Formats: sequence, C-alpha cells, structure tokens
Amino acid sequence: MPTHATERPCILRLQNISLAFGEGAKVLDNVSLEMRAGETKIILGAAGAGKSVMLKVALGLLKPTEGRIFLFGHDVTDYTENQWYEVRSHIGVLFQEGGLFDSLTIEENVAYPLVNRSSKKPEEVHPQVEEALRFVELGHTLEKFPSELSGGMRRRVGIARAGISDPALLLYDSPTAGLDPITANNIMSLIIQERETRNATSAIVTHRFQDGHIMANFRYNPDSKRLERIPDDSPLRQSTRFVVMRDGQIVFEGSEAELDASTDPYIAKFSMQRSAH
Amino acid sequence: MLDILKSPIVTFQEFILLAGRATANIVRRPFYGSDVILQMDTIGVGSLPITILIGFFSGAVMALQMSRALSQYGATGQVGQITAITLVRELGPVLTALLVAGRNASGIASELGSMKVTEQIDAMRALGTDPIKKLVTPRLIATCFTLPLLTIVADFIGIIGGYLVAVPLLALTTTSQYWNNAWRSLEYNDITQGLFKPLVFAYIIALVGCLYGIRTTGGTQGVGRATTQAVVVASVWIFVCTFLITRIFVNI
Repeated sequence: MPTHATERPCILRLQNISLAFGEGAKVLDNVSLEMRAGETKIILGAAGAGKSVMLKVALGLLKPTEGRIFLFGHDVTDYTENQWYEVRSHIGVLFQEGGLFDSLTIEENVAYPLVNRSSKKPEEVHPQVEEALRFVELGHTLEKFPSELSGGMRRRVGIARAGISDPALLLYDSPTAGLDPITANNIMSLIIQERETRNATSAIVTHRFQDGHIMANFRYNPDSKRLERIPDDSPLRQSTRFVVMRDGQIVFEGSEAELDASTDPYIAKFSMQRSAH
Repeated sequence: MLDILKSPIVTFQEFILLAGRATANIVRRPFYGSDVILQMDTIGVGSLPITILIGFFSGAVMALQMSRALSQYGATGQVGQITAITLVRELGPVLTALLVAGRNASGIASELGSMKVTEQIDAMRALGTDPIKKLVTPRLIATCFTLPLLTIVADFIGIIGGYLVAVPLLALTTTSQYWNNAWRSLEYNDITQGLFKPLVFAYIIALVGCLYGIRTTGGTQGVGRATTQAVVVASVWIFVCTFLITRIFVNI
C-alpha cells in the first residue's frame, strides 16, 4: 500500500524565506518548500533563478533576511555557526564544481567528513573511504590530487564525499553542469544509486530537464546493476517532485505529469515532453 | 559623502571582527598544528633568502649615504651607531614587512580567494570546519612567529652590510669601533619597538590577506582584484602603523 507523503516526517522546511544582498533586488522572494523523508526534489530554473542560493540557505551557509528554516524537526534559523556544524553533519552536499580541497589528496578529501567530525584517525576510516570511491568507480585514484582528475571525476569524488557520513539529507548543486551528456547520465545514475542504497532524502538543483526525468522515471536494480524504468503504479513515482524557480520565486511545484501539462511557457521549458518537440 | 565612507568603515569593522575571532581561536580546540608548521615554512623559510638580500643592501646603502653626511662633521666613527639604530628601529621591520606583504599577503589572498570562488570555503563549512580556525588562525600564528624572526635576521645582516661598506670599502672607521658603536648604541627602547612593530605588521599582513581572500567575489577576475587590494592595503597600513608606533616610542 502506498504511504502518503504527508505522513512521513518532515526533513527540511523552508518557510517564507527571503534573501537580499545589501540593498539590491531579492535573490529569494518568499520561498516556501517542504521535503519529507524519502522524497526527491528536482529544482529546475534558469541561471540566476536562486536555486543554488536556496540550497545554501538550507545549509545555513547564507542567512535569510526573512523567514524560518526547519531541519529534522528543529527550528534552526537562529542557530550559531557552532550549532549549525552539528546539523550539517547529517547533510551531504555536492557543490557545483565538486568543492574538493585542492591541497588534499582524493583519499583525504573523501575521508574529511569522517576524520573531522569523529576525530578518527585517517587509517581507521581507510576501508570506508576505499569503498565509497569504488562505489563511484574511482578506487584507483586515492593518492591523486583533485587537479589531476577530469571534471566528471571530480564530481564523482564529490558524490563519494557527500555520502560517506551516511547523511539523512543529500543536496546536489548542479551535478551535471558543464559535462557532456554521457558523463552527465553516469553522474545521474550514481545519484540514483545513492538515493536507493541510502534511502536518503535528496534535492537536486539542475537546469537540465533530462536529469529530472531520469530521477523521476528510473531506479537502480542492484541485481542487474543497471537502471530500469519504474513501473507506473510504483509508489516511488510519487516521491519525486519537481520545483521550478524563476527570479527568486517558486513558480511551480508538482509531479512530472503536472509539469508536462503546464501551459506557462517558462515552466514548459523544463518539461521533457515539450522540449522533445 | 556618507556612502563613500561606508565601504572602508565596513571593511575596517570586518577586519576587527576577523582579528578578534582569529585571535580567540588560538586558544580554542581543535588546533591545526600541521597547518601552522606548513604556513611557517611558506611564510618564514620561503621569505628568508630575499629578506637576507634586502637586509644586506639596506644596511650597505645606509652606511654609504651616511659616509658623506658624517664626514662633513668629522664623525665618520659614528657610522655603526647610525646604521644599527635606523635598521633596528625602522628599516628592518618596515622593509621586511613590505617584502612579506608583497610575497605573502598576496599569496594568502589569492589562495583563499581561489578557495572561495571554487566553493571550497563553503564546502569546508558544510563539512563542519570553521574556515577561520582552519585557514586564518594558522596563517596568523605563522606570520606572528616568523616575521619578528625575519626582522632580526634582516637587522643583523644589514649591520654586516653596513660594516662591509664602512670598514673594508670606505675605511670610515675600524672594525672594533664599528661593532662597539653598533652594539652600545642600541637601547632596550630600540629593541622593543624593533620587535613590537613586526608583531603588529604580522597581524596586518596575515589578516588583510585573509580578509580580502575570504571576501572575494566574481570568479578568477575577483581573485586578481583581491590579491592586488590585499598588497596595497597591507602596505599602506604598515606605513601608517609604523608612524603611530614610532610616535608612542619616541615619547617613552
């Protein structure tokens, strides 16, 4: 029996968030968003629509000028930076270019969340790091530095680092930006695997409608080790929701079918069906 | 009118806040000892050869300039005293600081700026590390520790440079008189201000570099701008502060 999304605990809730830098125009304008456990949110929008900024607000990296942020059931809006560190330890993030530390090796980069938070020794977490890197098919790059890897590989290391501490919430900021279509699909397939193996709540910011389409319609089959189409009656279909942003506002929220049915020309730009024509 | 003043005042406020937080972090866990050592190597050991070079020539040129002025009064014997005092009080600290500002304030600003524009600083915060603790404090400690040492080296090499000009080259005085004069002329007041200045300059260099690095916006172009600004602002403040500190010490 499919469970209703509203019964699941709320992981992230943004309530009437506004953000402006200085006296300039609002980057976020009264944005409200709710993410429940197990849900996948695809956040679409043109460049400068405020997608990445919204993720940074949810992470506490930017303070909103107005509105409240709730994470894992707590109001974290007025948390100090030290309190945020604790909250952030349950969130995995992939930054636009991977956000890897140039001065550290790939192994040290992936081990960073574990070593930093639990004050474990790098040797103790080595097997875990190796496994995480094997998962993204980069088991042979442990000793390399980020500058020696390609853009797609750096993104994969970023995915390994985001998932290593087993977070309850995963945020991906433009995981496929600037990559060729084949590499982009590989990255999306990894993100789907990550979603299924950890059963984490994920939000993906992207400007490619294909990414959303893959997330909404495919799942990972661990037996055949391939992606397969989700059956039409599967509850998994209900858990992927689309959000479209424009000029700092959320202008659409709903399922893929609703996205395809939208008559608004801006929203329709992000629909797989329309763009195919 | 107020708008023109706003930006520098905001920057100054940010500088003070950063200075406060970076200083408080010196005694707060966790400590990043290996980062401090690494920075001491880049800032201290890395600047040593060029510090020796400018120290030597500033002492030598000082003796050269003074040779004419002193011979007018028939006081060429005082060349050791003049070289030692000017170097220890003023030239050693200021020239070394300007050099380290050009070398390291820019280096710090560009490194932190690049980290900022590639979201590494955001990633650091997202992964539970305070960037001020991990990036700013080690650079501050390293600069505060190495700059006074570099200044001492520059002072000493400078006095040797002065000696080489005054005795072997121009025969203004004798070896023993030069060193005796140089040694005896230095008072505690000179030594104190000569070591207090590099400490203040170290704060300026490390924190201006870090501040402009962390505030970087606007991609790679922004990194270039941050680097230039850091060197200019640090150099100007070094001059302003040396004036203020000298003003205080002159009265003591």
